[in-house]
Amino acid sequence: MVASRLSSGGSAIDRSHPISFSFDGRTVQGFEGDTIASALLAADVAVVGRSFKYHRPRGIWGAGVEEPNALVDVSGSVRATPNTRATTEPAREGLAARSVNATPDAAADRNAFIDRFSRFIPAAFYYKTFMWPDWHLFEPRIRAMAGLGAVDASWTSPGAADQVNRHCDVLVVGAGPAGLAAARHAAQAGKKVMLVDDQINPGGSLQHRVGEIDGRPAAEWVAATVAELKAGGHLVLTSTTAFGIYDHHLVGLNQRHHDGRPDTLWRVRPRHIVLATGAIERPLPFANNDLPGIMSADAALSYLRRHAVLVGRRIIVATNNDSAYEVAWALAAAGAEVTLVDIRKDGQPAAPAGVKLLSGRSVVAARGKMRVEGVLLDDGTTLGADCVAISGGWTPSVHLFCQGRGRLAWHEARAAFLPGDPVEGIAVAGALAGAVSLSDVFDSAAKAAGADQAAPHSSGFEATGGIQPAWPMPGQKGRVWIDYQNDVTAKDVELAARENFISVEHLKRYTTLGMATDQGKTSNLAGLALMAGITGRSVPEVGTTTYRPPFTPVPLASFAGLTGGELMSPVRRLPLENIHRSMGATFQEYGGWLRPAHYGAKGVAAEQAIQDEALRARRSVALFDGSTLGKIEVIGPQAAEFVDFIYYNTMSTLKPGRCRYGFMLSENGVVFDDGILVRLDEHRFIVSCSSSHVASVHARLEEWRQDRFGRDAVYIHNATSDWATLTVSGPRAKTLVTALDLGVDLDDAALPHMAIAEGRFEGEVVRVARVSFTGDRSYEISIRADRSEALWTRMQQAGKALDAVTIGLEALMILRAEKGYIVIGKDTDGTTMPHDLGVDGPRQKRRNEFVGRRSLFTEVATQGRRQQLVGLAMADGEQPLPTGAHGIVREGGKVRSQGFVTSSYFSPALGRAIALALIEDGSTRHGETIELQHLGMLRRATIAAPCAFDPSGDRLNA
Amino acid sequence: MQLFNCPFCGPRDETEFHFGGEAGNLRPDGDVPAERWADYLYMRHNPKGPVREVWVHGNCGEFFVMERDSVSHTVSGSTTLGGEHA
Repeated sequence: MVASRLSSGGSAIDRSHPISFSFDGRTVQGFEGDTIASALLAADVAVVGRSFKYHRPRGIWGAGVEEPNALVDVSGSVRATPNTRATTEPAREGLAARSVNATPDAAADRNAFIDRFSRFIPAAFYYKTFMWPDWHLFEPRIRAMAGLGAVDASWTSPGAADQVNRHCDVLVVGAGPAGLAAARHAAQAGKKVMLVDDQINPGGSLQHRVGEIDGRPAAEWVAATVAELKAGGHLVLTSTTAFGIYDHHLVGLNQRHHDGRPDTLWRVRPRHIVLATGAIERPLPFANNDLPGIMSADAALSYLRRHAVLVGRRIIVATNNDSAYEVAWALAAAGAEVTLVDIRKDGQPAAPAGVKLLSGRSVVAARGKMRVEGVLLDDGTTLGADCVAISGGWTPSVHLFCQGRGRLAWHEARAAFLPGDPVEGIAVAGALAGAVSLSDVFDSAAKAAGADQAAPHSSGFEATGGIQPAWPMPGQKGRVWIDYQNDVTAKDVELAARENFISVEHLKRYTTLGMATDQGKTSNLAGLALMAGITGRSVPEVGTTTYRPPFTPVPLASFAGLTGGELMSPVRRLPLENIHRSMGATFQEYGGWLRPAHYGAKGVAAEQAIQDEALRARRSVALFDGSTLGKIEVIGPQAAEFVDFIYYNTMSTLKPGRCRYGFMLSENGVVFDDGILVRLDEHRFIVSCSSSHVASVHARLEEWRQDRFGRDAVYIHNATSDWATLTVSGPRAKTLVTALDLGVDLDDAALPHMAIAEGRFEGEVVRVARVSFTGDRSYEISIRADRSEALWTRMQQAGKALDAVTIGLEALMILRAEKGYIVIGKDTDGTTMPHDLGVDGPRQKRRNEFVGRRSLFTEVATQGRRQQLVGLAMADGEQPLPTGAHGIVREGGKVRSQGFVTSSYFSPALGRAIALALIEDGSTRHGETIELQHLGMLRRATIAAPCAFDPSGDRLNA
Repeated sequence: MQLFNCPFCGPRDETEFHFGGEAGNLRPDGDVPAERWADYLYMRHNPKGPVREVWVHGNCGEFFVMERDSVSHTVSGSTTLGGEHA
């Protein structure tokens, strides 16, 4: 046994609750409070995974989120999740952990042989090799080997994630000594505080570094401070990662629960942010520095103090700074034989008790096969060891600071990028700000919180900031790892430099250094420092890559929240939806509304049902629900001038009680919407626009109102959902409406086609408009939406004696197409102007200004070869044309499109197929035969007028 | 996520707003030359730094001019449209 569990100690574990789980199929014992990594270490499992490219055996590196090696897929008694960090994932009873990138398991990976061919697969090999004869021959195999963990195909969502919005005065990120002190200062100053930490327990480094604060052991001070904050009503969240700072200092938090619930997303708007995010230890560069058993010195201390795991028997602690001295001392006190190798010759602390100190020496290589067995020093000495705990220095976690638009400043003496000029609203404290000793940390926290009270008095294993940089050097011997997770070595950085990928952003992307799931937390700085050395630049001259959220992975479910399924894009629903359902309607979405497509079942029978509805509609009387039609009221002293400006057609001449069909153009002259304008009185109009355009028409009306006419000139009221509109159409329509007894004079002289009158139904106001979308006599009856059921029921009853048929959208579409009535966006496109639809009067005659007017006289608008609306006639017995089929012309051996079919149906009234199309110069080509092409098939049709049925329009008054 | 100030509702998330184009793009009425009309339809200044833009707050329908910085995303002010472009 190399690593072992001590019989006592371990602040995080509960020995009264033993648990067992499996790793790569073998059972591992642990305690509640263990992470998967601490339990594996206690069980002396050295190899926990295989490296990404070369499948080298890897062991546990660290104790936190920066972990590059120990990734595991978990399942069993916990929700299946790939690529979790064993160092932060709690061990649970019945959990099944699986190493990644290894078959059959980490200990005996069958792809380990790949390491022998490493010289053929350096960084960026895929840009130069596996090209001939065809990259795609190799791509699937290479892609299959890329990636780490496996996705569980049977995964289901744990349910919707909660999303919480919160305001506070001060958000403190990090509950280590700096964050706790800053939060306490802010709370005492009367601020509303929120404190978050991504670890399960608060305290940060105080969980494993000794210290006395205000005369108490550090752990006691931590607990008391947290209790004080909570008692003061301040929010303290653990297991919560602040993963990003976004525009205007919105902070995103992802809170993990440990009871199976999905994570909770928090969106926090703090007045001030205090970042106390600490620093991350980085490795030392030497040959084979990736062997299992080589780990972070701070992590070794963390495992000892939090989990009572002694990581080795003969341990070498190699360092270039003071922080590893406490580690060496503690490991020796726990019974290991410890040698401390410090590259510094002088200025370092004295050798700790029980530790052999070698100064001015550095490790140049590690040796071992499946785990480390010894090291070689620069003076030629070899030392045996079963564990090497290394510290190459500390890299402050500046990610959030930089996302908040902070800039970094390089400190040569500290060998660190520290936050530079202050950013308004963001303060930094603790190791993030470059504070090393506990007293420095507390001073910086007080400053960050703007406090003038005394910082807590502290004493501990006081470290100075002394460090001797130990960057990888150009030409260093052996394979020196920089990025463990993406298998990037110093030689890869040298390769990038040779190929002129010398900017830090190119270095990253060419070598993939820093692009793995750990995002280079332990490797970015060493890589760019090496690039600096190779290219003769300083470290700040090379600089860092851009820091982007999230700091650690966030489940997509957190961002999705409730959005998904039906809630992804909710449809709008009719007031009478339940009635239609009870009548057997099959629903479909039309322009954002859920509407009856037809009545009767889906499937083959549907086609027949639709034809039947359309046929009967013209024989007797049809009832349909047109409630989705827009009803936007335009009211005010300048309402008439307003509608004249908004519409292509002159509308101010419309008399009260009358309706007029018109187009609304965009400023580029294209028809944006069509519909009926109703005039109720001199200063009141109703814009009736297409169902799918209501919101955009409303927005346009408002914009012209606010930006050109003024708020007192006209008022816009979108009453679309206030009213239901039920339509009665057909030869027997007048009989049916008479039977409704609405108190309206239905004589054609009193209510001609395109007129409107007001009546009452059971005391409720109704508006009766003679408007037709079917081409038959038609009455659109509007009533308050919540009173529509009674009216519909009465219509159905009255209809029984008249052989009435209730029709859906599909039948309605056939009826309107028979008449050549267009649907904007279906029979028009983004170039169609009003004169292309045969309406040229306003363009020729109007003198006053209206939206889009100038565009109707441009070269493009007035030239020939414009696509114009036509009908296409076919012989009896022919199938309907495919919508989208192109009308073609053959010119000099080439085929050119002249337009396309926009609407196509079988017409029951005519007993043959009909179609509408946009065809070049179509209006002057009536009677011509045209060829139509679709998916390799050719058809023929005759260009005709759009209206195929009742061209005289007599049926409007029949 | 940015915070914009609706003159009517106060500070709200950017997702409640819709961009309405560069402010000051006055509509030239009448028979203007094609180039002038094309400028109005398609040409924008798109400056780097302080900009004046028309935005609409979807929740209340208020159109307004917002002054902000297109580089730093700082928002400096919001003014209601007053029909002054008539």
